Amino acid sequence: MNHAVRETQQMDIRIDSDVVRVRQVVRECAQRVKLSLVDQTKLVTAASELARNTLLHGGGGHATIELVHDGRRSGVKATFRDEGPGIPDIALALVDGWTSGSGLGLGLSGSRRLVDEFDLASQPGKGTNVTVVKWAR
Amino acid sequence: MDRVPILQIGDVLLVSIQVDLQDQSVLNLQEDLAERISATGASGVVIDISAVEIVDSFIGRMFATIASLSQLFDADTVVVGMRPAVAITLVELGLTLGNVRTALDLDRGIKILRVLHERRRGLPGTGHAASTLGLR
Amino acid sequence: MPANADRAHRLSGLLADNAGTLLQRWVQLAGAELQGRLTVAELERDLRELLDTLLPVAGRQAADVRTGADFTELNTVLTELSRRRARQNLTPTETASSVFALKQAVFELTEQDDDPALFRELITFSSLLDSLGLLTFEAYTRAREEVINEQEVQLLELTTPVVKIWEGVLAVPLVGTLDSGRTQVVMEKLLQSLVDTGSEHAIIDITGVLAVDTQVAQHLLKTVVAARLMGAECTISGIRPQIAQTIVALGIEFGDITTKATLADALRHALRSDGLSVVRRDQVGA
Repeated sequence: MNHAVRETQQMDIRIDSDVVRVRQVVRECAQRVKLSLVDQTKLVTAASELARNTLLHGGGGHATIELVHDGRRSGVKATFRDEGPGIPDIALALVDGWTSGSGLGLGLSGSRRLVDEFDLASQPGKGTNVTVVKWAR
Repeated sequence: MDRVPILQIGDVLLVSIQVDLQDQSVLNLQEDLAERISATGASGVVIDISAVEIVDSFIGRMFATIASLSQLFDADTVVVGMRPAVAITLVELGLTLGNVRTALDLDRGIKILRVLHERRRGLPGTGHAASTLGLR
Repeated sequence: MPANADRAHRLSGLLADNAGTLLQRWVQLAGAELQGRLTVAELERDLRELLDTLLPVAGRQAADVRTGADFTELNTVLTELSRRRARQNLTPTETASSVFALKQAVFELTEQDDDPALFRELITFSSLLDSLGLLTFEAYTRAREEVINEQEVQLLELTTPVVKIWEGVLAVPLVGTLDSGRTQVVMEKLLQSLVDTGSEHAIIDITGVLAVDTQVAQHLLKTVVAARLMGAECTISGIRPQIAQTIVALGIEFGDITTKATLADALRHALRSDGLSVVRRDQVGA
């Protein structure tokens, strides 16, 4: 996912209200690259799921929200990083209904369906890194 | 911390969500509602989400939880005013609201509660009311 | 500021001093290329604006066109000009020739001069104009793409009307080939119309649809589920035998979604669930 980055915003995810703040920043970015209303809603929802994962399962972490361009389209890229316990089986984690305990298990698999690009990297004991991109149609 | 106000109209409790809910507010709302339903003996709950821009799995689960909660107190729950973009996203996310009832707007939501309530009490005209459930 | 700003740039001075005659000659040359497709007044206004923004940067290198901060205004003017040309249905060649015509005008202005420094400046200026010409090409292409996209959207609007067929009942007759993108647009439009009109019934009629693939079927199903989440009921009507076979062959589950053979059946179903029925007048009270 090497796209030209136009602008970057970093934010911490430490407490509950940070998740709301991530939603707001992502929505603002989505509006700036002129995502359709439905696409904005999908991206913000995915970001909300992933930010909550970072907080609950990763024990907190960081979000990086970027405006990107691939030469043809503009988009928003959101990266969520934590140094938590990590995910032992990534393939399993992306199956609907898989859950580490709390929740419905739709966070990861569901958000993957809401975005155009989805990249999940995780090492047990080291942490998790999820990157998503949504392009303006 | 924002607390979502719960209004009472007749024997219906109305929750109109106007803020971007954080998870703790969602939990608080569930708690507050359980107390209010139990205290008032309300026959129904209407959750108005016409101002809500996103519903993720956490908020979606709240609707199902409130519906189950209210059922324990013999009350029904209707979610009204879901925006099209929110509905499309929820479907894509794969979230179903279980047996939560929905209506286009507040007015219709309250009508549905009335029909459900009558049916529950077995009032006259129930047969017809049941067949037109959720409709004008 | 450019590196050569401290020593006098002869060409810039020359161009500025002769701006009036230069513009007239430019308009004449560019006008000949366009063969009357624009009025002289229109062309003169465009080229004057271009010349005004070009003169302050006339001494710069071609490489600066895309990156130089002082080129921003020129880029904007040029992009705007190219877009206008694209929308006026001029060809990209005609659009770029307007820029290249300035070369001829400048050469004529300087041909009596044999100062080698001026000659070098002239070469630099010439490649600057080449870069600007390429820029018009790009802007032109982008503008055309925008026109095509707009037309696509308009076509979509025209071919997928959401119509009210009864109080509280909306219908979308789908015609032709459905692709995933189009189905998605229809779905969004239908759901928004439900809110706007306060309708509780929607009918998607696919009588005119030639083929349905898995993705399109999925979109239709999602529309029905989304409508339900909003508190409305959505019926699919007009499934033709071949399409029914495809749906079964693909193993797509329609589940508890209401399907009706014809639009009329779907309307009757919607009316009935509203507690209405259609009866002949002579049978009323009989």
